[in-house]
Amino acid sequence: MNVDAVDRQIILATQAGIPLHENPWEKVAEQLGIPESDVLERMERMKREGIIRRIAAVPNHYALGYRANGMSVWDIEDEAVERLGQKISELPFVSHCYERPRHVPEWSYNVFAMVHARTREEITPLVEQILSIVGSHCRGYEVLFSQRILKKTGVRLQG
Amino acid sequence: MDAMDRLLLNRLQEGISLERHPFRKIATEANLTESEIVQRIQALLDKGLLSRFGPMYNVDRMGGLFVLAALSVPVDEYDRVTAIVNAFPEVAHNYERSHTLNMWFVVATETREQAEHTLSRIEQATGYKVFAFPKLKEFFIGLYLPV
Repeated sequence: MNVDAVDRQIILATQAGIPLHENPWEKVAEQLGIPESDVLERMERMKREGIIRRIAAVPNHYALGYRANGMSVWDIEDEAVERLGQKISELPFVSHCYERPRHVPEWSYNVFAMVHARTREEITPLVEQILSIVGSHCRGYEVLFSQRILKKTGVRLQG
Repeated sequence: MDAMDRLLLNRLQEGISLERHPFRKIATEANLTESEIVQRIQALLDKGLLSRFGPMYNVDRMGGLFVLAALSVPVDEYDRVTAIVNAFPEVAHNYERSHTLNMWFVVATETREQAEHTLSRIEQATGYKVFAFPKLKEFFIGLYLPV
């Protein structure tokens, strides 16, 4: 799957946000000097191919009171990762769940699940819910709390 | 933030469909005009309650890469190393976390080679070993924060 030069222009024009108008796509089209139908068709295609996950509001966690974010990391038996990773990801408070490589001996965890809540105290019972799912297939876990945001520019293609 | 803002914050996290006048349906539901919806979204952005409104692009699907990486940095070196890591434009986010591996950042690039190159440049520039955690499998992505 790939993006051509025009797709790339659309991405560059919208990655920081779309124009806030009744018809945002018309504005994007005007800005790029291409027909509006092209913008819509190309975005449809990118959506079908998973290049665009969705078009939505990105809330500011902190401003909305979700100040605690815990990266829970789990050492799960390899043969159970597929099944348990799926189950963990279905919990509503988990924003992303990935299988990632271990770096033994420094790092033995292979499943990462990001948990969001308003306070650190609220994280503990949520992590316990994950624990009850992974049970005996888990050899250990930790929660890494965020102490400070050092940088947050988001993903940006370089124009 | 009033009740209408709350409703919009919840509703707009789910996303809009790709069509001309994407706010028309929400406007009807909320009993507002499209223009009022747009103004409300702008106000939520201005107040910092929303950080962005637009497409969520998946760089992996464009042939690019998004790699989580971590460093273990001594406390007295932390500010210096932060400045070095943050100066890389490929670094999209960087968080201090409570662990021996105490600096966690994401490198986002358009190709796999660029990601590997960036990680080795960060290792050289900081003098600390970079632990790379490229994703092997994604189970789910998305977060709904009810307000």
